[in-house]
Amino acid sequence: MINDNSEIILSVRDLRATVDGTEILKGLNLEVRAGEIHAIMGLNGSGKSTFSKVLAGHPDYEVTAGEIQFKGQDVLELDPHDRATAGIFLAFQYPLEIPGVSNRDFLRVAFNAHRKARGEEEIDVFDFDDLIEEKLDLVKMDVSFLDRSVNEGFSGGEKKRNEILQMALLEPALSILDETDSGLDIDALKTVAGGVNQLANADNAVVLITHYQRLLDYIVPDFVHVMADGRIITTGGKDLAKQLESRGYEWVLEEFRAGVTA
Amino acid sequence: MATVSDVSVLRTADQRDAYLKGLVQTAQAAVPESLALAEVRSRAASFLNEQTFPSIRQEDWRFTDLSAMLAIDFAAAGESSVTEADIAELRLSETAGAQVVVVNGRVSRELSQLNGLPEGAIVGSLGDRPELHSQLADRLAQASGNHEVFTALNTVGFADAVVVWLPRNQVVETPIQIIYVSQAQDNPLFVQPRCLVVAESGSALTLVEDYWGNSTATHFTNAVTELWLDANAQITHSRIEREGAGTFHIGKTVVTQARDSQYIGVAAGFGAKLARHNWEIYQAGEQTTTKIYGLGAISATQHADTHSLVALSHPHGIVEQEHKAIVDGKAHSVFNGRVAVAQKAQLTNARQLNRNLLLSDTARVDTKPQLEIVADNVKCAHGATVSQLQSDEIFYLQSRGISAPQAQRLLIYAFAMEILDKITVETLRSRLADLISQWT
Repeated sequence: MINDNSEIILSVRDLRATVDGTEILKGLNLEVRAGEIHAIMGLNGSGKSTFSKVLAGHPDYEVTAGEIQFKGQDVLELDPHDRATAGIFLAFQYPLEIPGVSNRDFLRVAFNAHRKARGEEEIDVFDFDDLIEEKLDLVKMDVSFLDRSVNEGFSGGEKKRNEILQMALLEPALSILDETDSGLDIDALKTVAGGVNQLANADNAVVLITHYQRLLDYIVPDFVHVMADGRIITTGGKDLAKQLESRGYEWVLEEFRAGVTA
Repeated sequence: MATVSDVSVLRTADQRDAYLKGLVQTAQAAVPESLALAEVRSRAASFLNEQTFPSIRQEDWRFTDLSAMLAIDFAAAGESSVTEADIAELRLSETAGAQVVVVNGRVSRELSQLNGLPEGAIVGSLGDRPELHSQLADRLAQASGNHEVFTALNTVGFADAVVVWLPRNQVVETPIQIIYVSQAQDNPLFVQPRCLVVAESGSALTLVEDYWGNSTATHFTNAVTELWLDANAQITHSRIEREGAGTFHIGKTVVTQARDSQYIGVAAGFGAKLARHNWEIYQAGEQTTTKIYGLGAISATQHADTHSLVALSHPHGIVEQEHKAIVDGKAHSVFNGRVAVAQKAQLTNARQLNRNLLLSDTARVDTKPQLEIVADNVKCAHGATVSQLQSDEIFYLQSRGISAPQAQRLLIYAFAMEILDKITVETLRSRLADLISQWT
């Protein structure tokens, strides 16, 4: 939903970042407003996942230039947990397994960390149980999921649904979904997409990072960006994804190279 | 006061012999007439005559150096002044009426509370039970593995012993708690708690042993607990070591299991300057089940060593063992886990896992899982890991709003609770959970 007057949620300017001394992001620009759904597509190694991790503050990535503003606030100065409580949520491509920590405890601790950051009282175990059980329907998860260790022994689809459950619970202003569709069967994809669609509203924004156009049949983006060599080289509407699906990436890259040399 | 050069002289073999003899004499002087037990004591004394105080040259003590003890002149305990206020917080609500309090190695009649036990169950000081002494010949100091220097040292000179004895088919629902309190006195103390548990055929009990001290004074605890499970008996056992920061704690837990019996043990160690736990389980019949779980959480310059042995000699044995250590600061954790499967122990199903979590660059772990399998039709698995907290796991938690220190605490807690969750006494489990959650 595009509304040019809505609040700017994310503004990325000239972002450069390295990992182990190798530059991966090479001058990335992106602006995301409230109510918008963006898709970032691109070949392997184009820097898509790096971008998502830099936004969330992964310590392995070093930002060497540029800026990231979230609702007008400088993100680069914030620790990862402060970015999270400010409203940035990354759904992981490979959610971690944490043996010994029950999903229920993990979700409650995370939820209370958000409440504390907002200056609110922590919620007790019983109130939390009511709250979380309500959210389970959204991702069609059984209540028994809550008492298993976080992601331990979960199937790929279950892990991704668990990520969306966390998104539903934490109600972030900006959700970045890093290849949440990869490896999902069509039923799980529909469930995940259905959850995201229900959570998207006029006050928040979603950035989908994906290889595949198929996801965009279920979550319709307002903008489609193509990343190559550490930056966004072209931006279009949802039709761009369909073109990429049928024609591949080569023509975009060629147009970009022609434009650069021209 | 010993100087540095004195210490190096003491380390010679002769001095080690002399030091052990001194400990034997100190221990023997503490034996009361009511517990003369001449036969077992003299057998232990002859064995000790041939022994010396262990050094790191012995394989069993390779990673645990006791030489700091050689400079210390330990003395036997005198009268103690432990009051209810000192130990009230150690009592567990579940064990009310089944609590033995042992102060510096002697059962305290004033502090023990034993009014909640069913008729026929014997729990108390062995000194108060002369009628049992004739039945001790097959039990006291009779387990395999008694030919070991510290076990024999305890046998030769324990000043008192706790006895827990259940007759055939008696099931005691109330968990029995033994609180061993170390209280500092003027001299460095040498204390030898002793416990004998006999679960006759078909009986069942839950036992909590809690070694506790809160002083930083130099102290030596040399504890031995023998557990006998007759046919079809069941014991669930928790052994908690929370001794003071100046304590050398050497403990032996030896379990002998007759056919169809089941032993489930949890040993958790947090305290002491140096702690060594020898945990030995001997099968004496078919189809025994042994499940042992260990946790050590140590920091600063603490040293904790667990040596375990499960010796299988009959068919259809089941063994499950998991030992975990959390090691911070300059602490040093040692695990040596032997599972010995003899020729006759066909169809054994054994699994052993040792996991270590290093929290600092200066912490150290030595681990040696040892499967010795002679039988040819068995299922045995073992593994050992040493790792640090995974930065990806911490980042995942951070990305959900949990700060890095909180994420670390959560991961350490989760690591420990996989062991502590095996403790069936709820109040004990939750107290240790609290201890772990405030640990770092």
